Amino acid sequence: MATAQDSYLNLVSHPVAREIAGRFGLPRPAVLRRYRPGEPLLPGPVLVLGGSGADALAGPLPDLGLQIRRQAAHGERLGAIVAVLDEVAGPADLAASALAVGAALRELAPGGRIVTVSRQACETLPPAAAAARQGVEGLLRSLARELRGGATGNGILLGDGVDVDAPGVTGALRFLLSARSAYVDGQFLLVGSTDGQPAAEPERPLAGHTAVVTGAARGIGAAIAEVLRRDGADVVVVDVPAAGEQLAAVANRIGGTALQLDITRPDAGARIIEQAGRHGRIDIVVHNAGITRDKLLANMDAERWDAVLEVNLAAPLRLNEALLASNLLGPAPRIVCLASTSGIAGNRGQTNYAASKAGIIGMVRSSAPLLAARGGTINAVAPGFIETEMTARMPAAARQVARRLLPSLQQGGLPRDVAEAVAFLSGGAAAGINGQTLRVCGQSLVGA
Amino acid sequence: MATAPQSQPIRDAVVIGGNRIPFARANSAYTGASNQDMLTAALDGLVARFGLQDERIGEVAAGAVLKHSRDFNLTREAVLGSALSPETPVYDLQQACATGLETVIGLANKIKLGQIESAVAGGVDSASDAPIAVSEGLRTVLLELGRARSTKQKLAALARLRPRDLAPHAPSTAEPRTGLSMGEHQALTTAAWKITREAQDELALASHANLAAAYGRGFFDDLITPYRGQLRDGNLRPDTSLEKLAKLQPVFGKSLGEEATMTAGNSTPLTDGASAVLLGSEDYARRNDLPMLARVVDAEAAAVDFVHGREGLLMAPAYAVPRLLERNGLSLPDFDFVEIHEAFAGTVLCHLAAWESEEFCRNKLGLDSPLGSVDRNRLNVAGSSLAAGHPFAATGGRIVATLAKLLHEQAGAEGRRGRGLISICAAGGQGVAAILEAC
Repeated sequence: MATAQDSYLNLVSHPVAREIAGRFGLPRPAVLRRYRPGEPLLPGPVLVLGGSGADALAGPLPDLGLQIRRQAAHGERLGAIVAVLDEVAGPADLAASALAVGAALRELAPGGRIVTVSRQACETLPPAAAAARQGVEGLLRSLARELRGGATGNGILLGDGVDVDAPGVTGALRFLLSARSAYVDGQFLLVGSTDGQPAAEPERPLAGHTAVVTGAARGIGAAIAEVLRRDGADVVVVDVPAAGEQLAAVANRIGGTALQLDITRPDAGARIIEQAGRHGRIDIVVHNAGITRDKLLANMDAERWDAVLEVNLAAPLRLNEALLASNLLGPAPRIVCLASTSGIAGNRGQTNYAASKAGIIGMVRSSAPLLAARGGTINAVAPGFIETEMTARMPAAARQVARRLLPSLQQGGLPRDVAEAVAFLSGGAAAGINGQTLRVCGQSLVGA
Repeated sequence: MATAPQSQPIRDAVVIGGNRIPFARANSAYTGASNQDMLTAALDGLVARFGLQDERIGEVAAGAVLKHSRDFNLTREAVLGSALSPETPVYDLQQACATGLETVIGLANKIKLGQIESAVAGGVDSASDAPIAVSEGLRTVLLELGRARSTKQKLAALARLRPRDLAPHAPSTAEPRTGLSMGEHQALTTAAWKITREAQDELALASHANLAAAYGRGFFDDLITPYRGQLRDGNLRPDTSLEKLAKLQPVFGKSLGEEATMTAGNSTPLTDGASAVLLGSEDYARRNDLPMLARVVDAEAAAVDFVHGREGLLMAPAYAVPRLLERNGLSLPDFDFVEIHEAFAGTVLCHLAAWESEEFCRNKLGLDSPLGSVDRNRLNVAGSSLAAGHPFAATGGRIVATLAKLLHEQAGAEGRRGRGLISICAAGGQGVAAILEAC
């Protein structure tokens, strides 16, 4: 897979250069731990902190091949620290767990993980309980910014009636601990239902599933196709006819089928259903196709505005309608849409793009009940700065800021980092996650 | 893969789909691409479309008209470079411009007989990367040198070399037995049938308009894969008009003076390109969840004596089609689509005129009455060679895949099994015709 190069990251991977960068106070990004089939989930044991919730959570973890510690042993490198905070009821309940995590931090191995497990703060709670639960988010997000060496911090939020030992919690925890979540940092995954089951073949969780990926000729889309295939899915890759040569190469590399199609055509849904339907059913749809036509709004014309909204938002809306109306969706359909941090935080010159990507977040939230009624889910993944042909064309200074200064991980993500999140949301382990938007941004948003 | 026992009746062979690279005018986008490169690209696009990676296809057959001697195993080499299984058996075939269609017919017959379950038929040609040979004189000397043992013998061989022997020989479309180019031959036939300039230009215009419209509605989205940045057929002129075509000077038959009618606008240009068609038994298609577009019903080849002037060089299809229709108990109105390869607009119009001529049908075909007329609304409805260009051996695959999709579309829209006729003329006074029927 061809990706744009981050030569500074390559440079500071060298010990001497790393030392010099440190003396001058320059960023010292770490080479992230990324998934390779067959490797252990974590570089060391998991320290699970908390009360009875922690006991329940730790129960299934040995089945994932993890060693569990309930107390930090001095001098032992930890692969991860999981803090179970499901019982916090007031501000005073935060201190013990927060300080216990802090005391163990020095033992966290490079590429290690911090995961908090807490309950969602909702409107019906007493104010003190809501304050404490919301407090966990601030604690985690700031802690994630303090981590170095490619370690990340993320949280799992439990919805109403979901307990720490729900399959969806184990599935989310497994993803966040694993190298698949390398560029997911400072994020919360809401497990809203008790659905979900562990995959029969953990290394090929999507075996027997048919997936459709739009915009798959290059960049993030091609990476998504590759990762879904690696995880066992039969993949139909879709892109505009003009990208057909690259699309065919992707299809032949992964052993999938290529569908040359402009998704804005009125018959696009029917064409996808016809081709993917040959596999019997459609289990996974990834709306990845997207375009940018950047201009300051003062200089924006209708053509640029319409093209972006049509491809990025109107087409996925129409395709979802067509898919939901067809009888070819599998028994537990998964739809994953590509949003963008531009749609969350805004980006100068991208009013059209940000409108389309924020629109995706709204579409996903509102479509969730429709999918739930079919036994499925719909979620979005919002990439931050990803090293692609598209971002390689950014002005050099803007690119360095986006890469180095904004994300906690001090580097851009790779297309496969986004693909791993998409694959996770496409699998049975994520059945409890619906209507959510997961950022894959290396914690690059300031605030928010 | 089990083959049917001999006692089984002949079964159907179906067209599953096709792929070609956009055709490009010679010395344009594909300069530097060899026949093998282009054929490999066409195969890889087909593999991607139907998910055939690492599959052992029953047999692949393709060919090229302009072929380097090093390409003695052209198709096998292309398959080895493609995403297909290297265990796929392959043969090359060559029948001038009918090469592509003949590969479809031969492989379909093998499927019908139960010898193979699946097949890829194809063709490729490059006029940009044409083989250039040394002269006969130089070749004789080089061979003699190889045989020479002593220095004296070697010198003697070299001494026979003349400066003129050093001029390279490029291939031409001239017929070896007449020395006339294909265009000059057709010019004679066109004049003999009194085909007007206007009629030829109208046919050329229809070809461009139909091809452009087919692109416009996305018809080629699953028939073409872009190659080397070429997204569409490079010869297509969507904005051409009768006025523009009328301004072109005649390029063939100039000796006819005022009667010269054949221009660059109503003749096909030299073209680079490649095409491939996936064929299979119905069982193969069903087992692999593949579509079935059309059945390959029957085919007929014909040849004419153009050497002694008894018939025009490109008139053989005028004989092949009536024989094919008679064997199948069909007449021209029985076809929903008619695909006549547009080598020259005049070629198509001469065939149509011949079938409408009582004299020709009685004297040459032995029929009691004219074969009949082809409804122009059914002729080359998605464009043909005048607009798309004509990389000789690749044209058959283009037409078969296009017609099969047209039939499939019609079957889907109207719920009936339509029929299509293909007719392709070829150098050497040959022609091949075939019938497809919607599945």
